[in-house]
Amino acid sequence: MASSIRVRAIASDGVTDFKSLIRHPMDSGFVKDSKGKLIPPHYIKVVTVKWKDKTVFVADWGPAVSKDPYLEFKFKGGSKGDPLTVSWVDNEGQSDSMTAKIM
Amino acid sequence: MIDEKRRLLLKCTLATGAAGLAAGAGLISAPAFAATKPAQWPDDAFKQKNIDAATQALYGQTAVKSDKIEMNVPTIAENGAVVPVAVKTSLPDVTSIALMIEGNPYALAASFNIPQGTLPYVSNRFKMRKTSDVIALVMSGGKLYSTTKNVKVTIGGCGG
Repeated sequence: MASSIRVRAIASDGVTDFKSLIRHPMDSGFVKDSKGKLIPPHYIKVVTVKWKDKTVFVADWGPAVSKDPYLEFKFKGGSKGDPLTVSWVDNEGQSDSMTAKIM
Repeated sequence: MIDEKRRLLLKCTLATGAAGLAAGAGLISAPAFAATKPAQWPDDAFKQKNIDAATQALYGQTAVKSDKIEMNVPTIAENGAVVPVAVKTSLPDVTSIALMIEGNPYALAASFNIPQGTLPYVSNRFKMRKTSDVIALVMSGGKLYSTTKNVKVTIGGCGG
């Protein structure tokens, strides 16, 4: 199965620009389905990004983050070909992880 | 069977070790409240319904307004389900950035841990129930700063 995570990270002038999209419903627990029943909360809680062995970013998310969340940040260092590992864990204990290369 | 037990024991030992370390770190650098436990999802802060309570739960202090935080939000969001919010700041030694949305059921939307070497910039997208203030909080050198912008929402994004 294709990964739920898509990453595009580009290094230029000593700074890596990290962009990612994660496929996830991010149900807040406040929305009703077509039958009027509340859809239970289902959202990503923590996203961690590692460059080689160093953690460069941690996002703690609540249910207010949009469906199929987008995340962008920048860090110093990183060069073409370096591995970046992105992983997430949601409130139901599901998780995914993938390693991308800096472009 | 034996292997499983060993694994469990190992896990337990590791967990207590890590907790001990975290507690130790907390004692040494009390001001870096959120930074001492990066792996811990701030449960209590995410449960708070208003901005002040969530800020207190997350950082243990109140924020001072700063014009050095730049927040990019649309003035009018046609779709409350996807409101792009970008924050950047020229404040030094940033360890954490958090975003709060006043009109949502829970105030805290997201908090970001910024390790050394990572630039104080983040872009994310949020759901907004109704027109309200969006607050960006920045922890810089152990002090908390904030900036506020109002976003008009045409169609709410929290359903109901």
